[in-house]
Amino acid sequence: MNAIIPLLCGALFGAGVCLSGMVRPSKVIGFLDFGGAWDASLLLVMASALALHVVAWRIVKGMTGPRFGTAFPGPAASVIDVRLVGGAALFGVGWGLSGFCPGPAVVSLVSGTTASFVFVGAMLAAMLAFDRSGRTDG
Amino acid sequence: MHDFTPVQALVGGALIATSLAIMLIATGRIAGLSGIFAGFIAGRRGDWAWRAWFITGMLIVGVAFELARPETFDHGARVPLWLVAASGVLVGLGTRASNGCTSGHGLCGISRLSKRSIVATMVFFAVGVATATITGLVTRSV
Repeated sequence: MNAIIPLLCGALFGAGVCLSGMVRPSKVIGFLDFGGAWDASLLLVMASALALHVVAWRIVKGMTGPRFGTAFPGPAASVIDVRLVGGAALFGVGWGLSGFCPGPAVVSLVSGTTASFVFVGAMLAAMLAFDRSGRTDG
Repeated sequence: MHDFTPVQALVGGALIATSLAIMLIATGRIAGLSGIFAGFIAGRRGDWAWRAWFITGMLIVGVAFELARPETFDHGARVPLWLVAASGVLVGLGTRASNGCTSGHGLCGISRLSKRSIVATMVFFAVGVATATITGLVTRSV
């Protein structure tokens, strides 16, 4: 089960981002670029996903612990600091420039497109550099 | 409206949520994608295999889509590759600094009304829209 659950969930995630069009930077930009021919599809992806995930947290509330894990996450931290806001802003700039966000970008590697490899390579290198610099709490 | 695909969007969103919901309910993990990848390349012992399985699942389904419906993906770059590389660096640093991306903050965090996730998501959406809109105006004017 330690392999099957994440394998299955990865497959579901892959299907979701492929079907919804999130793996296509051109579609993501169609949503983020308000000056172009605006495409609201990604708003529906978000709405549908959020509606279901609210239910998931409800289910978790009624359980004592996960069947295949040690514990459920504790209460969410609430500190709003420069690191959170600045990090989110950097992510926003990167996302708005290319139309790639982490999950869909990795799935798009299978298309063999050069841009996907360039993006994922740069992203992973930056993540590793950041975490190695010791300024992480995760 | 250009390229509007409401049914695929709703079904796709439901699949994404189901994936992260099963991870949460069955294993107790908030499986945000930037966190999965960061932990995967960090290679911490005992906390690595599940990430590798998750990524394997993503890629297998991706290959199936590429074979059955290649139009699922963009097969070319919209912007110069140096800009794609810069974008990758910004996304890598930004998601590590803020501890989450579209899935972790935007989906898992907001759905439990986490204050941090709500703020982070508002910021990256607003900045993403501003960046893409400005880039679009500049690109279309030259």
